[in-house]
Amino acid sequence: MTKKTVLVIDDSRTIRRLVSQTLSDGGFDSVTAEDGALGVAAFQEARFDAVITDINMPNLDGFGVLEAIRTGASNRKVPILVLTTESSQEFKDKARGLGATGWIVKPFDDKQLIEILSLVTGADAA
Amino acid sequence: MSMDSLRETFFAECEDLIESLTENLDLVASHECDTETINAIFRAVHSIKGAAGAFGFNDLVDFAHHYETTLDLIRSDQLEISSDVLRLIVRSSDNLAELVDCSRTEGSPVPDATEGLIAELIQISGGSQEDASSEEEFVFTPIAAMAIEIDTDPVDGFEISFKPQPSLYMSGHDPFRLLTALNRLGKLTVECVTGDLPSLDAFDFDNSYLAWSVVLHETDDEDAVREVFQFVEGHCEIEITPIAADTSATDLPEPLEAMEPLAVPEESKAKPAEKPTPVQSTKPAKSAQSTQTVQSTLRVDPERVDRLINSVGELIINHAVIDRNLKESGLVSNSEITTALDDYGTLAREIQEGVMAIRAQPVKSLFQRMGRVVREAGEATGKKVSFVTEGETTEIDKTMLERLADPLTHMLRNAVDHGIEVPAKRQEAGKLEEGTVRLSAAHRSGHVMIEIVDDGAGLNRDKLLEKAIEKGIITTDAKLSEPEIYALLFAPGFSTAESVTNLSGRGVGMDVVKTAITSLGGKVGITSSPGEGSTFTISLPLTLAVLDGMIVEVGSETMVLPLSSIVETIRPDASDIQEVTPGEWVLSVRGTFVPVVNLNALMGLQQTQEEDKNRVFVLIDANDATIAVSVDAIQDQRQVVIKSLKGNYGAITGIAAATILGDGNIALIVDTEALGGLAASRRAA
Repeated sequence: MTKKTVLVIDDSRTIRRLVSQTLSDGGFDSVTAEDGALGVAAFQEARFDAVITDINMPNLDGFGVLEAIRTGASNRKVPILVLTTESSQEFKDKARGLGATGWIVKPFDDKQLIEILSLVTGADAA
Repeated sequence: MSMDSLRETFFAECEDLIESLTENLDLVASHECDTETINAIFRAVHSIKGAAGAFGFNDLVDFAHHYETTLDLIRSDQLEISSDVLRLIVRSSDNLAELVDCSRTEGSPVPDATEGLIAELIQISGGSQEDASSEEEFVFTPIAAMAIEIDTDPVDGFEISFKPQPSLYMSGHDPFRLLTALNRLGKLTVECVTGDLPSLDAFDFDNSYLAWSVVLHETDDEDAVREVFQFVEGHCEIEITPIAADTSATDLPEPLEAMEPLAVPEESKAKPAEKPTPVQSTKPAKSAQSTQTVQSTLRVDPERVDRLINSVGELIINHAVIDRNLKESGLVSNSEITTALDDYGTLAREIQEGVMAIRAQPVKSLFQRMGRVVREAGEATGKKVSFVTEGETTEIDKTMLERLADPLTHMLRNAVDHGIEVPAKRQEAGKLEEGTVRLSAAHRSGHVMIEIVDDGAGLNRDKLLEKAIEKGIITTDAKLSEPEIYALLFAPGFSTAESVTNLSGRGVGMDVVKTAITSLGGKVGITSSPGEGSTFTISLPLTLAVLDGMIVEVGSETMVLPLSSIVETIRPDASDIQEVTPGEWVLSVRGTFVPVVNLNALMGLQQTQEEDKNRVFVLIDANDATIAVSVDAIQDQRQVVIKSLKGNYGAITGIAAATILGDGNIALIVDTEALGGLAASRRAA
């Protein structure tokens, strides 16, 4: 089976590296973008099996990313996971309202990240 | 990729973030900030917090959390930036930087100020800050915290009825994937309920018509089942019922029947998924950001650059070897091969310069950190100090930049602690209440000059002398020139503060500063005028990897004297050399006497030129004093690649490093600064 490719949008390069590494260990390919605007641009450039996005970012935050991606009718099916330090219900409701598929709270557990990603992308769990 | 390299990324990122934090706080302080500035400040702290969590730096996360909460209030206009608030957020930024440093060296204690600052941050945000731990609530705690009470009967699977709502399809979910996930848990039987499908002309693409009835056997892990549905909660109707193990297969409910209670809710029937697609409201980044020029940078592992530098060093040595062999083979100097070799030499040097430029970094980040040092020192001493920097874009070698931090910190603390007067005293002297400490950097003729200038009281020569005599550093009858008196500051064990304050009196003296600078191949100088202030000048070579040296013969050895410390070379008349006391000679240079250091004797080497008058004298400027170093002969003057002895052999007093010469031999590079002292201690012994 071909590897699934995940778009990782986060302004922290530490988190980008952490997530990419975790993904690659878990059998996923990844492309990273360092802010929301670049993330949306990257999303339009290629086909992704899933998106993982931070919320607090310069040049378009994660909510903006959700809006921008979900606006395209063909993009509704792409799972978008929100990676954030926030865990309040209010926040989850907002993300969900904008079309987030799921969320992962930082600091994240490698195994859980892969499990969740496998769940939402239908990939074989590594 | 190891965790270590990830940590490095983290700390490098922290440095960048703190730099931008400091920059933006400066803007806030000068009232030039807009909302984007505040946002950027918030984001910097937020990013540090987010990434720090991944490494388990809990103190850092905790502090960043409180800091962030306060910044969030400012960001949402719930807290005004009064001077108190400004001071607090600036100090918090300093503390954050320190916490990052602490996290880097494991086991180092949390900065003292942390707790107090957290209390202040909580207080200033109206005590509304909840405890950080409340954030730790983890999303992955199974949703089914209230597991359905089942009797003691063991469970052999679940019946699941699942009816998605339209919103499920809008959020990137796919029932097929959920069913796939369930299939991994046990033996799955799936039935699709298609009863709600309308006729084709009534079909709404955005509505949800299908439901599934599932029987999952061979698992009793209800949490795992619920986890599959964790994100679709609210996007579907779902019912999970455990099947008791003793239930016979015939008792299994007919899947279709199980679907009965799952009537599609009225509203979703009436209003087929009319969730308006959100209009993209986010305009391309605000002007402040879009005008920002994107600086394209390349991050390279410093080790790779070091390897390259080393290779280039070998290349230069290799050039010297070929050059030498050619000369020895008696080739004419203008032959084609020598011209080509000259080009080779030029190219090698160009490559070297290019590689050095990769290692070069602007002093800006270092200078910004120093702003923090001055602020802290000012606060600790109750003095008003403004800190000015110049030449922040001046680039120096990265290693040097790193190793300058400690000496600069110490010197700046000193400048505030001992240099700048208390406000009352300054007023008395007719000066502005606020003192100024200026830190500047500039390139000057192959060197980097760093100056620390304060407009304080200046150095008190009499007091310096008194203290030096008291400490036994000099004798009462010593006649010292002005630079020599100032140089006393660098003598080990010397401290000028009337009382040792806990600020600059931290056990390290200016002698440590001097040693640190010297180890970088640099020099420190002091000028001062009473009442007007003092200037400390640090002169550094551009690189740590090569050295312009004079190659000299000392007995059977070849040694290198750093060109930067050489004043002139002299082949004196015999009459110019005089023995003052047995074994102690002076050289008369245009009317002044300069102490002679015989390098052969000092290094324990035989003299090839037995007669002193046949020897060559190299005048060296060391420690603001001139000494005449006598050697057997001068060979050449050229660039040499520095090879550290410390790592490979051990530190030797009087020897700074080694190099490999064109003929493949090793030559020791003399530590000229240490020569005077070494000679004195030999005499004493």
